[in-house]
Amino acid sequence: MKYLHLIWANLKRRKARTALTALSIIVAFVLFGYLAAINQAFGQGVDVAGLDRLIVRHRVSIIQLLPESYEMRIERLPGVSDATHATWFGGVYQNPRNFFAQMPVDAEEFLAMYPEYVLSDEERRGFLETRTGAIAGRVLADRFGWKVGDRIPLTDALWSKEDGSRDWQFDLVGIYDGAEKATDTSGFFFRYDFFDESRSYRGEVGWYYVKIGDPERAAEIAEAIDREFANSPAETKTEPEKAFLQGFAKQMGNITLILMVILAAVFFTILLVAGNTMAQSVRERTEELGVLKALGFTHRGVVGLVLGESLLLAGVAGLAGLLLAWLMASAGDPTGGALPVFFIPGRHLALGVGLVALLGLAAGLPPALQARRLEIAEAMRR
Amino acid sequence: MTGLLNWLAQVASLTGYNLRTLPQRKGAAASSLVGIAGVVAVMVGVLSIAQGILTMMRSSARPDSAVVLRSGATSELVSGLSGEAARIISEAPGVARGANGAVASPELFVIINLPKRSTGTDANVPLRGVQAAAFEVHEEVKIVEGRAFRWGLSEVIVGVGAAREFAGLEMGSSLEVGPERWPVVGIFEAGGTIAESEVWCDAAVLQAAYRRGDSYQAVYARLATPAAFSEFKDSLTTDPRLNVKAVSTAEYYEEQSSLLYRLITVLGTLVAVIMGLGALFGALNTMYSAVAARSREIATLRALGFSGGPVVVSVLLESLMLALAGGAVGGALAYLAFDGFRAATINWSSFSQITFSFDVTPALLVQGVFYAALLGLLGGLLPAMRAARLPVAAALREL
Repeated sequence: MKYLHLIWANLKRRKARTALTALSIIVAFVLFGYLAAINQAFGQGVDVAGLDRLIVRHRVSIIQLLPESYEMRIERLPGVSDATHATWFGGVYQNPRNFFAQMPVDAEEFLAMYPEYVLSDEERRGFLETRTGAIAGRVLADRFGWKVGDRIPLTDALWSKEDGSRDWQFDLVGIYDGAEKATDTSGFFFRYDFFDESRSYRGEVGWYYVKIGDPERAAEIAEAIDREFANSPAETKTEPEKAFLQGFAKQMGNITLILMVILAAVFFTILLVAGNTMAQSVRERTEELGVLKALGFTHRGVVGLVLGESLLLAGVAGLAGLLLAWLMASAGDPTGGALPVFFIPGRHLALGVGLVALLGLAAGLPPALQARRLEIAEAMRR
Repeated sequence: MTGLLNWLAQVASLTGYNLRTLPQRKGAAASSLVGIAGVVAVMVGVLSIAQGILTMMRSSARPDSAVVLRSGATSELVSGLSGEAARIISEAPGVARGANGAVASPELFVIINLPKRSTGTDANVPLRGVQAAAFEVHEEVKIVEGRAFRWGLSEVIVGVGAAREFAGLEMGSSLEVGPERWPVVGIFEAGGTIAESEVWCDAAVLQAAYRRGDSYQAVYARLATPAAFSEFKDSLTTDPRLNVKAVSTAEYYEEQSSLLYRLITVLGTLVAVIMGLGALFGALNTMYSAVAARSREIATLRALGFSGGPVVVSVLLESLMLALAGGAVGGALAYLAFDGFRAATINWSSFSQITFSFDVTPALLVQGVFYAALLGLLGGLLPAMRAARLPVAAALREL
């Protein structure tokens, strides 16, 4: 610690270079943090998928509907503790650009299936008691400035009411938060009983959520469900929720991968250049290191001095970059609605800190070892 | 006049001198060049993805064609039209007439799960049911392998993009639709339009398989002239039997790609700006050390009578030239690596897969080189000013 002022003086010697190197490192880690957030957003919440939940959909494609009667048949199968359904509504709020997911669900069963959607007791009661009631996620409510008690009008091209009208009205009775940061709170759920009574043809739903007692048996139970409906007009495909979400995210295709590979290459290039500059500035001072040794600095002391300098620079700049990225990501989705879950996951922040340390070591170690081997006479002769 | 000439001569000789000494600063110059090349390559590369989608969507649109959906529908998937409505639309004024009557094509649009080759997981592949008129409206569709499906039979033809990106769509394989198997009998090209991402079959076959009765989701119509659109649109929207909306295909495809285009462009630009900052610091570093290494020479020149202006300009020019070289290298790299690269992604607006090629356009390359020039100028400005402000006496004394 007592050499801190010496390290500081060395860094201050070429202020412009030190500042620019620090800024490059900051930029690199801002990029890193932002990438982590983008990657997380493209992952569609795979991290928080319920391991004890399966998704049952029509085998040909998810747009095809399944009979309502499947719920009871699924619930009878061994290993299944509960089943409930949802349906894609696809309404438009004011303008087609205001896209968000809306689904009619069985209020009580759905809230039991998704305990990670957190409502206050009052809001919960409101949802169970109001036939036209709906709940919206926090991100969604913030996006449109909705408050509990608002009336939400949706126009739907997919579902008409019995009288042919396509205008639906819902009363917002609750705004749910996510139990975890990665929980998607951009959804809008309303009551299936209201939906089914109002729609022009009844009795079919989009897909089923199935809760199972033992996640270890997921594959076996999924197979049993598909076997139950084999050779019927509506065959099913059942997957664990995680696999379903992963498949959904992968619909983005290799674009995500290409973006990540390019950006990772850029990140490491910036680090390489910054690291090289840091090493360079130590090499320029070989003579002075000789002087220090002549003054009685030990080998270890010189190594500490050189390594300390690079660790200090990488540490301060790298952590500042991560902090900045975190602040930027906290400002939310940069695309205005396309990426509802946008934050830097903790494990990526930890990885970032690790990379900061690695950068400091990688940039400082070679010149530090050189400094250790340095003979006084040779250094002074240069 | 002589003052200006003299000034220019000073700039020219200083710049020439700077450039001749570049080889002595290989490392620093190369690192700033590579930095800027990297930024330009990545920026152009990422934006070429968005551009590729836009190019594909735009090529699908024609000035003399329109699409009719149920009023309020944002895409074909959520639209629905009765057979009766489809017939009224086909006979509407403004629709072009060919040898077989109105050039209007009622179509069915669904999605089907097929594994994507690049990931191995299910993707929403578009499956379109058409009538004979479809091959007149979408006249760019050409069978390049095998034959067309036969009317009334459960056979499909596959767009080249879909055949490339999704497994199980090769000639001779067959599509599982519920309990049935529909053989792939042909592969078609469609001039790079969105149809190449799709699988086509007889509309009547699809109606039966999906229990759709006599109904459709969209009518694509060729108009007699582009100007006939307003007549066509007005006759449909004022018809009390219909509840539909008519949009030009230009507007329709623009709207269909806007979400995806915006997502990629926003992320690409954001990343380019962050990276640009990184490259800017690299360029600044290079030019500062270039100026520092030459402070004695610059001071000597100033002492010989060169004025400050030309010194600033010459340093700026050097930085600019390095940046332009970097920009050119980056643009070339992006072109070689990305242009024509084929990919498929989901278009959330239509909830189905589209296949397309990355498109590095001249406009994107110009944008990239322009950005490089901007970085070069910004990176040279401060070091140039320092060079000009160098106190002559002090710099000369540093011998």
